Amino acid sequence: MSTMLEISGLHVSYGAIQALHGVDLKVEEGQIVTLIGSNGAGKSTTLRAVSGLLKPVSGTITFHGQRIDGMKAHDIVRLGISQAPEGRGVFANMTVAENLDLGAYVRDDKAGIASDMERSLDLFPRLRERLQQKAGTLSGGEQQMLAIGRALLARPKLLLLDEPSLGLAPQVVATIFQILRDINKSGTTILLVEQNAHMALEVAHRGYVLEVGRVVLSDDAKVLAQSDEVRKHYLGVG
Amino acid sequence: MARESGLKARAAALAPEPMTVLKQSVLPLVAAFVIPLIFHFGIGPSVGAYPSKVLLDIGINVVLAVSLNLVNGFTGQFSIGHAGFMAVGGYTAGLVTYYGGYRIWGDSLPHGGFLGAGEMLFLVATIAAALSAAAFGYLVGLPSLRLRGDYLALVTLGFGEIVRVMIQQTSDIATDATEIAATSWPSLLWKVGGALGFTGLPFYTSLFWVWLWVSLTVLVASRLKTSTHGRAFLSIREDEIAAEAMGIPTTTIKVRAFVMSAAFAGVAGSLFAHEVGTTLNPGELGFQKSFEVVIMVVLGGMGSVSGCVLAAIVVTVLPELLRSVDEYRMVAYALTLILMMILRPQGLFGLREIWEIWPFKALFRSEAK
Ligand SMILES: Nc1ncnc2c1ncn2[C@@H]1O[C@H](COP(=O)(O)OP(=O)(O)OP(=O)(O)O)[C@@H](O)[C@H]1O
Ligand SMILES: [Mg+2]
Repeated sequence: MSTMLEISGLHVSYGAIQALHGVDLKVEEGQIVTLIGSNGAGKSTTLRAVSGLLKPVSGTITFHGQRIDGMKAHDIVRLGISQAPEGRGVFANMTVAENLDLGAYVRDDKAGIASDMERSLDLFPRLRERLQQKAGTLSGGEQQMLAIGRALLARPKLLLLDEPSLGLAPQVVATIFQILRDINKSGTTILLVEQNAHMALEVAHRGYVLEVGRVVLSDDAKVLAQSDEVRKHYLGVG
Repeated sequence: MARESGLKARAAALAPEPMTVLKQSVLPLVAAFVIPLIFHFGIGPSVGAYPSKVLLDIGINVVLAVSLNLVNGFTGQFSIGHAGFMAVGGYTAGLVTYYGGYRIWGDSLPHGGFLGAGEMLFLVATIAAALSAAAFGYLVGLPSLRLRGDYLALVTLGFGEIVRVMIQQTSDIATDATEIAATSWPSLLWKVGGALGFTGLPFYTSLFWVWLWVSLTVLVASRLKTSTHGRAFLSIREDEIAAEAMGIPTTTIKVRAFVMSAAFAGVAGSLFAHEVGTTLNPGELGFQKSFEVVIMVVLGGMGSVSGCVLAAIVVTVLPELLRSVDEYRMVAYALTLILMMILRPQGLFGLREIWEIWPFKALFRSEAK
């Protein structure tokens, strides 16, 4: 197993507000790694730095050994990292089909795109029924499915997900997490940011706990789920 | 296995049929040439001189509105300096037909008839107008489109004013054939009439040329809207961060939209410069003209090509009908704009095209699908 993504000493600021104070994190190829933590801990900020939407103040991010910090977001997508941004970010006035089509913007292999389109629609049959519907009129859960399906159309090596369970009914959350497992089994590495620590630690191989811009715990997901610290603060038990 | 063959079938279905190619590529191009011919030889002669002149003005405004829509509508940026690009194009084309005409024929009169040598010079001039306006578009767009949206409005406004002031500083037009033949091109560039305007240009603008460019502009814009490439334009307006996250180079695309838009504004400038009854002067192509084009786009619906065409027609024809209250035109504009912003901020049609709207849907259904 080789390291796919490595973040070290990552500092990120929003103007005067420093959001990350030296985050270190590793994602091994083929795994699901989850980043949990309470509101404002810096989870989304970490993902935004990886995807190039934010420029770090200092620290490095490497992908397969190549420095990607400071690269343009659209170039990072071409390297094989795609994301479903926080708040889903679907193109509301476009149809589901058009949204999916834009997910494959960086590719030109028509046949590959067609088969990945099928795959996304197989994963999310609800989207298939709504191909011509405007994305803005989808339910929250359907928009989340579209955001994930669209991110998959870039055929990423690493998929970044920011709170895919946000605001969804428990059954839908369970479906989405099952699908994340399937996506991972078919070879896509996933970095998953979640509030729902319980579900996240269940599907993940490894977990990191972030508190006010620092990693305070990291371990095997099974071990983390058992630790007193996590049980008390993030799983609401004990 | 079943899925494999299903995929093959889908892939085969994706390959265009000969009839589809004919319908989607050849027919629109044929239409783009036939429509201007109908205007020129059919409609024009039968409606008479004054309505023909209005048809010229409508066409030029359609080119302006549809092209500004590429920036303000498709990509959701806000440019208010379209007349500046129109001026760049108009003066470039004027230099070519006026001094070019003098160098070739010893005068600046139209030469040759329909599609004759003079009109070919006019075609070259119009293409030069598009290229120079595009170059200015690049210079203005590249720095300002990197910044936040509202900077573009400021920079384009400033650009329009700079162009206007620069043109006012130019010197008198040369009118002597021997003098012109003896003057070098670089020094002729500055002899475009200053504040009085570039007068004496040959009248090449006809219904054929105007509606040819209208057809091409509309064709390019509507093609763009439904292509993957054009969808990238629209995605920026929808959600710039998500677009960037899809791998869309948002700055590059914005600059591209801006350059295309400026090029067509340059074309409109050339058509305007060679039209009977208009004067190419800095006053005509100031902020007021830019504002008029913005109104057409806002009225028509930011993003709707057919909406912009309709709005350009309305905005051109209304003042003609209201000639008696001409001095209140700007007040009426301002009021219309304010009312629109309150009642229908997305414009008459929003992003939609005419055939996507209820009463017309049935009419167009068979064609649209
Ligand atoms: N655009 C911004 N401008 C200023 N401060 C910001 C901005 N975005 C985030 N922050 C701050 O940075 C810190 C980390 O925010 P971040 O969005 O990464 O948190 P998070 O862990 O994703 O939280 P949540 O679970 O609520 O989404 C917070 O204190 C937040 O207020
Ligand atoms: Mg967050």
